Parts: sequence; C-alpha cells; structure tokens
Amino acid sequence: MGFAAGGKITDIETLKNIAREIRVLILKMLTEAGSGHTGGSLSAVDVVAALFFAKMKFNPKDPEWRERDRFILSKGHVAPLLYAVLAKTGFFSVELLSTLRKIHSPLQGHPYCRTLPGVEISTGSLGQGLSVANGIALGFRLDKISSRVYCLMGDGEIQEGQIWEAAMTAAHYGLDNICGIVDNNGLQIDGPVEEVMRIAPLHDKWAAFGWHVMEVDGHNMEQILSALNEAENIKGKPTVIIAHTIKGKGVSFFEGKVEYHGIAPTPAELERALKELE
Amino acid sequence: MGERTQSTNNPPSPPFSKGGMGGFEHRAQNTEVKMIATRDAYGEALLELGKKRDNIVVLDADLSGSTKTAKFAKAFPHRFFNLGVSEQDMVGTAAGLSLTGKVPFASTFAVFETGRAWDQIRLVICYSNTNVKLVATHGGITVGEDGASHQALEDIALMRVLPNMTVIVPADAIETTSVINAIADYSGPVYVRLGRVKVPCIMPPDYKFKLGRAYVFRIGKDANIIAVGIMVDAALKAAKSLSSQGIDTGVINMSTIKPLDEDTLLLAAKSSKLIITAEEHSVIGGLGGAVCEFLSENYPVPVKRIGIRDVFGCSGNPDALLKLYGLTPEGIVKTVEEAL
Ligand SMILES: Cc1ncc(C[n+]2csc(CCOP(=O)(O)OP(=O)(O)O)c2C)c(N)n1
Ligand SMILES: [Mg+2]
Repeated sequence: MGFAAGGKITDIETLKNIAREIRVLILKMLTEAGSGHTGGSLSAVDVVAALFFAKMKFNPKDPEWRERDRFILSKGHVAPLLYAVLAKTGFFSVELLSTLRKIHSPLQGHPYCRTLPGVEISTGSLGQGLSVANGIALGFRLDKISSRVYCLMGDGEIQEGQIWEAAMTAAHYGLDNICGIVDNNGLQIDGPVEEVMRIAPLHDKWAAFGWHVMEVDGHNMEQILSALNEAENIKGKPTVIIAHTIKGKGVSFFEGKVEYHGIAPTPAELERALKELE
Repeated sequence: MGERTQSTNNPPSPPFSKGGMGGFEHRAQNTEVKMIATRDAYGEALLELGKKRDNIVVLDADLSGSTKTAKFAKAFPHRFFNLGVSEQDMVGTAAGLSLTGKVPFASTFAVFETGRAWDQIRLVICYSNTNVKLVATHGGITVGEDGASHQALEDIALMRVLPNMTVIVPADAIETTSVINAIADYSGPVYVRLGRVKVPCIMPPDYKFKLGRAYVFRIGKDANIIAVGIMVDAALKAAKSLSSQGIDTGVINMSTIKPLDEDTLLLAAKSSKLIITAEEHSVIGGLGGAVCEFLSENYPVPVKRIGIRDVFGCSGNPDALLKLYGLTPEGIVKTVEEAL
C-alpha cells in the first residue's frame, strides 16, 4: 500500500516553509560534511519539495511499493537535496544526515541506490538519469501501471549527448508518463552555461525533440504546482518543465555565485545563512 | 543457479590417462560437426525464453538483424525496444526497465556495447547492481572484413574490471543456448560475448552450463590449455596433435571468465608444467590476464598467453585473420612446443 507523503500538501505557505526547512537541512549537512555541492542543491529545492510533498505518491514505509511514482536525480551531485527530502518524508531519520560523505555512511557523496531507501538508481556521472527514467516509464506501460516518472536535470548536464538520445527515445515511444525538469540556474562549474557551452534556445530544442515544454519560475510554488498538474494531462508526448532558478537560492551571499557550485559553507557562513533563513 | 560455487563441472576421468585421448574422443568420432554462429543460437534462445517468460524484454541499437534479436522483436514487438544508434541510452533504458522487474537483454556489437557505453554500464548497471543482461555479438577478430573499428579485442577486459559484473564467453551454439537460459535465472549484471561467424559445435549435446564452472575436456600432465570462445575448438585440435606427439595436453573451456573457476584452474596448474591461455581478445586484461592474476598470487607456474598482442586488427576474411594472429591449432602447438 502506498500513500501520498506529507498528506498531499496543497497549502502554498506550508510548502514554502517546508522548502525553507529543507534548505536549512542541506546547509547544516554540507557544513558538517565539509564538502559537497551547495549551489545546485539550493536552486532545485522548491521544485523537489513540490514533487515530494505535494505531487508524488510513494510510501516511505514501503519504499519498494511497485506503484510508487519515481524520482530520478540525474544531476546526482545535489545528493544533499535528495537526502534532506527523503529524511523529511520519513525514509530515514534526520539524524542520519550528519553522516553525509563520512566513512560507512549510506549517504554517499553522490546517490547510491544499494544502501539507501528512496534512491532509485545511483547517479553522479551526469547525463544518465533520463534514459533510466525512460526505461521505468516503458516498464510501467508494459505493466499497465499509471504511475509517473520525474527526472531532474541540470542545465549544464544537458550538454551531455545521452540526454538528447533519451529525449528522442521518450518522444519516439510517446512516454507521457515522464516529466523532465531542467534546473535552469544558468551556471555550471567553469562559469555561466552561456559562456561554457550554449544550450539555448532551450525551449525550442526540447520542442523540436517532440516534447511538451513549459517554463516556470522555479522558486514560485504556485507556478511549479500548476506546471506539474498540467504535465499530467498532456497525452501522447513527454513533458519537460524548464525551471528558471537561481543557483544558491535562499542564501544571499551564495546566490548566483559560480564558485559555490562545489564547496560547502564554512561554520561562519552557515551561521550567517541560518540567520537569513530563520 | 545463483550460488557461485567454485567446483568443476565435469571432473576429468581419468585425469592422467597416459597419452590417451581422454575427453577429446566424443569429438574425434563425430565427423559431421555442426557449424552454427553463437549469435544465431542467441536469437533462437531469446525467442524461446520470450515464449516462456513475459518479463523478458529486449533492447537493441539498430543492429537487430545482425545480433539476431530481430527474431524476438518479430514475435514480441511490444517487448522489444529499438533505441536507434544510441548505445548509452540503450544501457540506461535497460537499467530502468530492470527497476520495474523486467529482465532486459540489451544487444549490439561488442565494440559499441562495452566501449561506447562503458561509463553507463559502470554506473547504472554494475554500481547500481541492476539485473541487466548485456549480450554482445561480433566479439573478436573474426568480425573479419569490417576491420579494426568493428573488432572488439578489449571488451572482456573492459567488462571484467567492473565490480558485480559476470563475464561469459560461450564456445559454441550449444553452450550459448544454455548460457542464455542460465543468466535469465541469475539476478545481477552479466556480459555475454558472442561471435559473428559459424563455429563448430564442440560441447556435448547434453551439456548444461553452470555459472562460474569451467568445463574440463581433459587435464593433461605436460600442458593445459585454458580457452574461451572459438579458441576452445582450436585448443582441442592442438591438444590432439600434441598428445599424439607424446605431449600430454589438456583442454579446459573457461566460459565464465568472471568469476573465474579457481579450483579447476588450480587443478590444471598443479597437474602440469605449463598453462596456456587462448582467446580471441587482447592478451592484456582478458582470460590471459585473469588466469595470470590468479596463478601468480596462488600457484605460480609458467603461463603463455595466446591472443592479440596489443595491436588493433585489420580487414580480411576470418580464417586469414586467425592465421595472421596465430589463433590457430598450429599456433597453439608451436607455443606449447617452444615453451616446454
Ligand atoms: C559525466 C560527468 N562529467 C563531469 C562531471 C563533473 N560535474 C559535476 S557537476 C558539473 C556541472 C553541472 O552543471 P549543472 O548541470 O548546471 O548543475 P547545477 O548547476 O545544477 O549544479 C560537472 C561538470 C560529472 N559529475 N559527470
Ligand atoms: Mg546549472
């Protein structure tokens, strides 16, 4: 048996507060670990919170429930975000978050599916999640299961050719049970996406590959929820939501800063950040 | 299936029959040796498996006619997924299908399957330990005329180095059929390497493949040839000729290269002065590598590796190529004679 975690929260203020709490967990976890990916974890918080607390059906007490919706974190470096959400929805205790990246922890630096419930597939090498999501979607179709598959990708990540192979596959097989989300925060490791390797025109690219494309403010809960709802009603083709976001969102001195892609807050930075968030 | 016990499939009987033909006899008397490509046996086995089990799904990357998955595709179109020319996506999609309880068989040429999609195999199949069967055809030099770009000479090395991966190289059509059925019942990542050309059926008709167990044709007391794939046939011919010269030579089909049947290997090493490995693959990292790694740590004996010696292949007909690279009974005989 499954149920919608968080009791299908629809109240926007409650969801916003959950997103704020997740940001706090991420920052604390990263500071404790002393390393990890801050910017891209924070940019995708609102979208992922909306998925897990308002949209997806799953059961933390029965993580293998066949008919659960699936979430594939293709941009695996933002594991802290996934871990915070899984802990908050009850897959494991919040205390476990302090073991992130430490020896013997199931919370590996990048998601590892064999030791942690709620992690569907190991990721970390970019560009692979959408193919896996397609495979699950095809399996659902064969089994006549109406569950959905969500796949979160980075805007730098989609420079990987495999993403576009998978984009073709989803459209070719008319996988309307797939919803891709691009965390369009404009930054990757070496600088702005626009400078490192242009992916624009993003909307047109996905559309040309046969996808239904939506664009939202990735920090606006109402917009995120309505896009997720609309996606469910699109038949015959996959949907992608381009979420316009700010890398490091929620902490003023991390926002839009390319250098906070892959470093953790110092204890002093954490203190300042928590003041902003609390 | 499943439990990876390390004992021999067929204890040699008798192991040290002096100068006798031992386990080669069933073959020597069989003048009408059937010639079947292992990929053809795969196509048939997959079709039969599909009839019996509806959780079998098959993926291909625009080579279904050559890999012979087209047979399954025709019979079960809704369980067959052509991904087009996109091996990386095929591997990821196969992993996803396995997460819904399907048993995916993903096929293309060995070069593309293991090379183009190696990082994908590493992450979403081996590290994630998903139940995906990678069955590649066109392994080795006998791809022939298409030349080096299409001849996988390093695929066994690429797959063997990955944790959780099982690596199997069937010797003929009989063994291929048995392997395909066996791996469908085994849970976990598997790589099976098949060939393009017709090869003689050399395994006993009632042979049953057991994962992790070598098939011992005979243990020799002067030399033992550990072979895989088409080289098992060459090894049998070489052993026959060597034994008739008084060099008592055994042959072992080490079809599971990983996990290696260490007990059988040890028995062979303890029984003779020389171990020969023979494979249609680079001498680096494949069967020869596996055997040397094990023996050097556990029972150091002289080993000679027969295979492709760290070069790329070239175009030519398969027989000419086998001759060029010394992958023939004569090549094995020469190596043994020089070494002893
Ligand atoms: C295949 C692969 N190449 C390189 C990396 C190293 N890497 C980790 S994150 C990253 C940049 C990703 O940028 P983006 O997708 O925009 O992530 P976000 O901004 O959301 O953090 C790179 C290159 C990787 N993890 N995988
Ligand atoms: Mg980015």
